[in-house]
Amino acid sequence: MITVQIEYFAILREHIGKNAEEVQTEVVTAGELYDELAARYAFPHMTHMKVAINDEFSEWGAALAEGDSIVFIPPVAGG
Amino acid sequence: MNRFSFSHEDVSGEQIRRLVADETSGAYVAFEGWVRNHNEGQQVLRLEYEAFESLGTKEGERIIREAEQRFGISTVYCVHRLGKLEIGDLAVIVGVSTPHRGEAFEACRYIIDEVKHRVPVWKKEHYVNGDSGWVNCERCAAAAHQHDHGEH
Repeated sequence: MITVQIEYFAILREHIGKNAEEVQTEVVTAGELYDELAARYAFPHMTHMKVAINDEFSEWGAALAEGDSIVFIPPVAGG
Repeated sequence: MNRFSFSHEDVSGEQIRRLVADETSGAYVAFEGWVRNHNEGQQVLRLEYEAFESLGTKEGERIIREAEQRFGISTVYCVHRLGKLEIGDLAVIVGVSTPHRGEAFEACRYIIDEVKHRVPVWKKEHYVNGDSGWVNCERCAAAAHQHDHGEH
């Protein structure tokens, strides 16, 4: 079991109703954590999601570590 | 001032032009993105930008460094607005000065295209009919079952 910090933005922040939370999880990868939270909160289905770990873009298969800071990045729309 | 930054306040083209002015430059090209009153067939009233600022600032700076490696840039700044914007407001600006004009056009185009694709910024549009939506997110939600689950 590890504890990670999650920060939510945009559509996910509004959907969940909070900016951030601490989550305890048994999963190993960022992708598994996304699936776990998507099921818990019934995330709107989105494609082309990205993930950042500790303020850098990462891979969905990346292993999580105690204290990691995670951001799920919905499709961007700058400009 | 960082060469890529977010701003919660109004930004003017004149501000950027002054920052970029440089005695080695013979050319200045700027791109300004403005808030328009329609998108995808909807009448837009106003919009909000939100960013993952810490990663967005790093990614924006990486884009500017890439542009410097590709093109002979003298000075460059890019600012993206965040918060509530009204129709006609400046949403993003890229200003590039170079010795000769060709590279100023190319560098400016490169930076704005990459910023739009890579910097974690989200846009919520508020429509005249009272609806609102996150651009690009709601559309992929609507297209949900065309995609497999593993893709995220």
